[in-house]
Amino acid sequence: MAKAVVKIPTPLRPYAGGHSEVPSDGADVGTLVRNVAETYPGLKRHLFSADGKLRNFVSVYLNDEDVRYLSRDATPVRDGDVVSIVPAIAGGAPASRARPQPAVLPVLPNPPGESLDRDELRRYSRHLLLPEVGVAGQKRLRRSKVLLVGAGGLGAPTALYLAAAGVGEIGLVDVDEIELSNLQRQVLYTTADVGRPKLDAARDRLEALNPGVRVVTHPGRLTAENALDVLRPYEVVVDGTDNFPTRYLVNDACVLLGKPNIYGSIYRFEGQASVFDATRGPCYRCLYPEPPPPDLVPSCAEAGVLGVLPGLIGMVQATETVKLLLGVGEPLIGRLLLYDALAMRFRELKLRKNPSCVICSAKPTQRGLIDYPAFCGVPSAEVGRAGDGLPEVSPEELSSELSGDDPPMLVDVREPNEWDIVHLPEAHLIPRAELPDRLNELTGARRLVVYCRTGGRSAQATRLLLDLGFSNVRNLTGGITAWAQKVDPSLPTY
Amino acid sequence: MRPVEISDELVGEIRRHAREAYPDECCGFLFARATPGSPDAPRTVVGVQRAPNQFEGERRRRFVIRPEELRAAERATEGTEREVAGFYHSHPDHPARPSTFDEEHAWPWYSYLVVSVSGRDALEVAAFELEDDTGRFQRVPLRIASPAVAGVTENLRTSGAR
Repeated sequence: MAKAVVKIPTPLRPYAGGHSEVPSDGADVGTLVRNVAETYPGLKRHLFSADGKLRNFVSVYLNDEDVRYLSRDATPVRDGDVVSIVPAIAGGAPASRARPQPAVLPVLPNPPGESLDRDELRRYSRHLLLPEVGVAGQKRLRRSKVLLVGAGGLGAPTALYLAAAGVGEIGLVDVDEIELSNLQRQVLYTTADVGRPKLDAARDRLEALNPGVRVVTHPGRLTAENALDVLRPYEVVVDGTDNFPTRYLVNDACVLLGKPNIYGSIYRFEGQASVFDATRGPCYRCLYPEPPPPDLVPSCAEAGVLGVLPGLIGMVQATETVKLLLGVGEPLIGRLLLYDALAMRFRELKLRKNPSCVICSAKPTQRGLIDYPAFCGVPSAEVGRAGDGLPEVSPEELSSELSGDDPPMLVDVREPNEWDIVHLPEAHLIPRAELPDRLNELTGARRLVVYCRTGGRSAQATRLLLDLGFSNVRNLTGGITAWAQKVDPSLPTY
Repeated sequence: MRPVEISDELVGEIRRHAREAYPDECCGFLFARATPGSPDAPRTVVGVQRAPNQFEGERRRRFVIRPEELRAAERATEGTEREVAGFYHSHPDHPARPSTFDEEHAWPWYSYLVVSVSGRDALEVAAFELEDDTGRFQRVPLRIASPAVAGVTENLRTSGAR
């Protein structure tokens, strides 16, 4: 353990009690600097990134040597050494106008292509009146190609506004069919569309809104195998996904292809948006290097979402898309917009590029796409939502057991507001999060059947109970939704 | 946020550097009298010094001042009344407004002077400082004056403070 002095650069002295140098001890440079940051926590965010590594424009010198050329953080320190923290100064002109980015076509004073016809002049007159758009900008939009990954809550408003704005080609990726529960927020679809594939209904609606727009549909899931080919023809990718594997996949594919990724996400009453363009700012992984544990973040289907919320976030995404295509304004790059609908407040967080980001840093350790479901800890589709190898009971089997002599105890692990919508008679409500604390309520039962809405949460609860030593626990396949479909159609589904 | 005072002679040197470096970005140091002063006290730039733009790539829209250069400039001020108080750089064919990239790489406390340059014309000059709470650049008042006037304002300010 050596005693050394750490020199604080002038701009950081206010965070170090005004000192220009601070004594510290440690065996190596990294420990020494970290100890100073422990003493003066205000220094931390200026020196270290979120993952605890030194920021890439902070240099550390041991006496007169840059530790990058020694053993970096592990460079040993001796008594009396002087460790200096030195800023590297960098900056530059905004990229958007001075020099077009590789992924986005240049904004030319008079872009090639046919001039706008009479109908287009009328349709887009309110754009043409804006000097920032004008005829050149409108023609630029007409030549643009934008891919929307997900045609749900976020994709629906984004698609409508991009089509209305005259974006020439809109690609859509989605696998789902329209359900009645989508219509509370997915304004692209009507009641008559329920049951149709989203892509078909979306194409009809967008072409009806603006026949000048070409809608290209990509049915099927975006996967590591097809993502690069699907994304490649487009200039801008809009992330309207509802799950982490696809979100990381979209991010990584955009980084590899050098395309901007317009990010939005929603949860109950709160939303987030940013523009991830790794060629000039951070990417999604710089913000969230790893996904949360799969059981920590419920989907909209489990958690609910205010119907208006994706509209607002989707329109932020549409705005940023149009701005990027036109090359106007300050893009939402390096900034995370946070929106709280209940408080009606917008906040903004500054994002920095993670110098050791596995995919977008100068020395990436990941140079291709990976197995995203595995990365996110989600069981693959083939294994099924119910989980791997858990004891299951079908709705039909359960129905006959319940009418028999020795019915199992039913445990509903959903939330109380879901219970209020519909529940099985004789069931016992214990929300999943409360389960570990309420096991005493189950000890009398010889046999247990656990259910939720569609079988996901109850699979986790079943696993938990089995791990805790309950021997006769089964998961209701497909949850109360399957029960309503197969056993009791009088029950509502949601 | 410290307002910046600078003589038109020194601004002339910055503009000259910007024109010579065009179409690349130029960069350099701002020296000010070392005063512990309050964070809002005006900062008088008393000297500028060119620094090599060591960005490894397209210097038309990026600059880097390496830490070695900064250390050398700081060493040169040791024992004097001056200190490195900030940096200037040019924005070729672009307004004198900080870019996102500027903000991402900004440090608190320093003053940043940006000069817009287009061909042979060095245009607008503006001064900025990182607002620490928000991590955003804030434009600060920039007073450009002839040396005599700058001296007068400095005297007035000092006498006013007494």
